[in-house]
Amino acid sequence: MRGRLWSIAVVLIGALYFFLPLIGMFEFSLRMKRGVYSFEAYRVVLGDPHFQQTFGYSVVLALLTIVLGVLIVVPTAYWIRLRLPSIRPVVEFVTLLPLVIPPIVIVFGYIRIYNTSSWLPLTGSWLGTNLLILFGYATLSLPYMYRAVDTGLRTIDVATLTEAAQSLGAGWGRILATVILPNVFVSVLSGAFLTFAIVIGEYVFAALLNLDTFGPYMVWMGSNRAYEPSALAVIAFAITWACMALIQLLTHFSTFAKARR
Amino acid sequence: MAFLDLSHLEKSFGATRVVKDFDLSIEKGEFVSFLGPSGCGKTTVLRMVAGFEKPTTGTIRIDGRDVTRLKPNQRNIGMVFQAYALFPNLTVAQNVGFGPKVAGMAKAEIGERVEEMLKLIGLPDLGDRFPWQLSGGQQQRVALARALAVRPQVLLLDEPLSALDAKIRVSLREEIRALQKELGITTIFVTHDQEEALSMSDRVVVMHEGKAAQVGSPFEIYTWPKTRFVASFVGTLNLLEGEVIDAGRMRLDGIEVPVARGLDGRGTGEPVTVALRPEAVSLGLNGSGLAGTVESVAFLGAVVRTRVKLGRQTITLDSFNQTATRPPEPGAPVRLMFGADDLLVLGED
Repeated sequence: MRGRLWSIAVVLIGALYFFLPLIGMFEFSLRMKRGVYSFEAYRVVLGDPHFQQTFGYSVVLALLTIVLGVLIVVPTAYWIRLRLPSIRPVVEFVTLLPLVIPPIVIVFGYIRIYNTSSWLPLTGSWLGTNLLILFGYATLSLPYMYRAVDTGLRTIDVATLTEAAQSLGAGWGRILATVILPNVFVSVLSGAFLTFAIVIGEYVFAALLNLDTFGPYMVWMGSNRAYEPSALAVIAFAITWACMALIQLLTHFSTFAKARR
Repeated sequence: MAFLDLSHLEKSFGATRVVKDFDLSIEKGEFVSFLGPSGCGKTTVLRMVAGFEKPTTGTIRIDGRDVTRLKPNQRNIGMVFQAYALFPNLTVAQNVGFGPKVAGMAKAEIGERVEEMLKLIGLPDLGDRFPWQLSGGQQQRVALARALAVRPQVLLLDEPLSALDAKIRVSLREEIRALQKELGITTIFVTHDQEEALSMSDRVVVMHEGKAAQVGSPFEIYTWPKTRFVASFVGTLNLLEGEVIDAGRMRLDGIEVPVARGLDGRGTGEPVTVALRPEAVSLGLNGSGLAGTVESVAFLGAVVRTRVKLGRQTITLDSFNQTATRPPEPGAPVRLMFGADDLLVLGED
């Protein structure tokens, strides 16, 4: 009984530590109109054309990052599980590097290598800069995407399913698209939602590559307005939580998850 | 020319030679089992036929065509795996229709083929189920239907019954054999279970240390094993050491016994190993035969297994459990009788 009380107390303290600042921020975001609670700050933010433009831009970048991440990570993780299991620790280490090396180091490296006076002047054009940020985001999302996909691959017998498909006449492309990918789809989605959450609020890459995405917009808003930044922060939290909730929902209701239960 | 021809197949993993100079010719429609203990190379040979392993040397020909260097998806071979390997994201019908779809068949034709295959395996109403909604036996049947749906030239079965419980194993092996005969499909069946191999096959290849120790019909393999390994691996067996007297006799613990065959060309006094099946020996309480003492009696239901001490050697014998005859007590003096035909002179492994 005493132990149980302690557990409840610890959970309560943890919840207060986590939720109190959020509640405070949310309450503050509702006080834009003097004397009454209202969603005025949210109306202003959501109605701002700059918000719509930067948010839309970041959403497109996030989706493209997810596609690029899936194209890179799924075949790589699959091939390593199938044919090169001995180099798995090396690949895992490489995919973890973005967590160790700060984004500012990566982006300075990009700018140094791909500046306008380099042999590949990607920063000199709109398309080049967007490609650069896309590659940067794909790198940033590697630890999450790779881990999610690798965990998914661990739950299926990759080698036998591949051989079964091969014996039925399937080539590599079909095996990946119709056998492997559908069976790790929930894991890919988990990685995708995490990637989405990271890219939507990313600031360093966008600011240093001088791109007008949602991250720099939030910083600009924070330094120029009072109530709107709180509303924006609440919106950003809501997006992240929605992503997490979707991961949970998809995992819970997926056919394969049922099979495993 | 044989339909499936494996010629001088070798496979090495690093410095380890897993398959050594393996030759085998299989006729069209034949059911051949590879029987052997774990690590004897039977699955490696099967995987080379399927194309999952490249032979280090040697050739594989199917219907006269050299397929040694072809990829697995170019060989037109159906394979059933021990772990079923059904695609978990596809329904039973989609699993069975996978091969025909890859082959580019029209949708209506695929539907007909799937229906035909599901009827063939006795599961016509389970097309909409997912693999996880089926029992192990049903999953393996679906895997068989999926492998057959592409009308393969050769069907490879890699220990397909190992994951199933005993009763289903027996019924499914009968179904597999009946299907194989009905379709007339050339089949290789890998197993470490001698009962499966002996009951299902036209021929059995007993494998030992990467080589075919003996190839023959189940009757030949069981009745006339050529080597000590084959004799000991297939069925229960007594191995008795003795010495040659002449071409028709040997001495066993000082007792002279007649031997029908296998002693030709051996010199007098030469040591020889003979095998004796437990069911070939009969037990008498007195009269003629070799005198021994009952060491132990094990009651196995329909069979009673008795161990009899005979000089320095012990002989195990199996007899049917008959209500009229009670098994002897340990320590009882008995007589052992067997024919000259029952002593099998074994060659070296």
